[in-house]
Amino acid sequence: MAIRKYYYGDFGESATGSASQEEKQSKSHVSSIGHDWPLWEIFIRSKQGLDHKHVGSLHATDAQMAIENARDVYTRRQEGVSIWAVESKYIRASNPDEADSLYDPANDKAYRHPTFYKLPDDVNYM
Amino acid sequence: MNNQLVNYLLHLADNTLILAQRNSEWCGHGPVLEQDIAITNISLDLIGQSRNFYQYAAILIGNSATENSLAYLRTEREFKNLLLVEQPNGDWAATTLRQFFFSAYQYLLYQQLQKGNDAQIAAIAEKAFKEVTYHLRWSSEWIIRLGDGTEESKDRMLNAVDELWRFTGEIFQPAAYETEAAKNVCGADVSALQKDWLKKVQEIFEEATLSMPKENIYMQRGGKDGVHTEHLGYILAEMQYLQRVYPGNEW
Repeated sequence: MAIRKYYYGDFGESATGSASQEEKQSKSHVSSIGHDWPLWEIFIRSKQGLDHKHVGSLHATDAQMAIENARDVYTRRQEGVSIWAVESKYIRASNPDEADSLYDPANDKAYRHPTFYKLPDDVNYM
Repeated sequence: MNNQLVNYLLHLADNTLILAQRNSEWCGHGPVLEQDIAITNISLDLIGQSRNFYQYAAILIGNSATENSLAYLRTEREFKNLLLVEQPNGDWAATTLRQFFFSAYQYLLYQQLQKGNDAQIAAIAEKAFKEVTYHLRWSSEWIIRLGDGTEESKDRMLNAVDELWRFTGEIFQPAAYETEAAKNVCGADVSALQKDWLKKVQEIFEEATLSMPKENIYMQRGGKDGVHTEHLGYILAEMQYLQRVYPGNEW
């Protein structure tokens, strides 16, 4: 039987996030783990700032494991104080082919930038 | 020099170092990248704890002893770690169960050490307690996932329990230096921890749909006094190789 090596990121691109039938049938212990673990997108909030920023993705069987894996993979160097995990299949992305029609029309509309106003001192986080 | 206190510190240090060495064998071989990182993170936490205990022991020993000489230049019979931590990794079930048994014990032990009257030990325990809390949570999760998982994962967890349970009794049978440390209120009375430890194991086993092992199983012992299973020699051979072959070599 041919041996296939698996690398991080090999799975999760297809709709089901799982390996092919043929691969599923190979029961060899080590290589069969992780086949059908869904992919998760991880967002971390740093000590400075209120927003969660996308930091990368990882594999996990469920949300609980996704949080724990994110803690181990993405917060090892004190990067954050809060973690969000979203299963990748629920992320809807805009189509790069439509970039012209989606974004270019905003190019020449400087009046949409609120740079002509004075902000009161009491307004935070702007 | 307080000989029993040194022995006690070496026992605490050896436990964490040998388990760290075992866990680090997974580095690059973890079942998935995320867990590969998780288990090596735990290794690094444990190495950090062992360094703190070795450094303190080295000060008490004097005579140019260092954390390195204590880790790399002692022989098998001088190591005082529990038999549990030197057992082979086996599969993921055995590795996580070994971690769970040990972390559940450390979780109780470090709470006691924080209350002790040796400021240095208390400070190390306080810092390490947060790490151990996570190790316990992480390993508990795996016991539950595998125990209450598929037929195969349950079989593997049951095999791991069969294999490792016999090494858990030793944890709670105090060696002379532990009794002495408990008497001087700088260490913990380990026999008093057993009840809470069993309670924690039972709680997690129940959630994992695993039955507790029978009570009359014969318990192995000896590690605390330097009488080890065959595995420790191989661990030391690999871990100490560089310092034995190139004495004093540094990065």
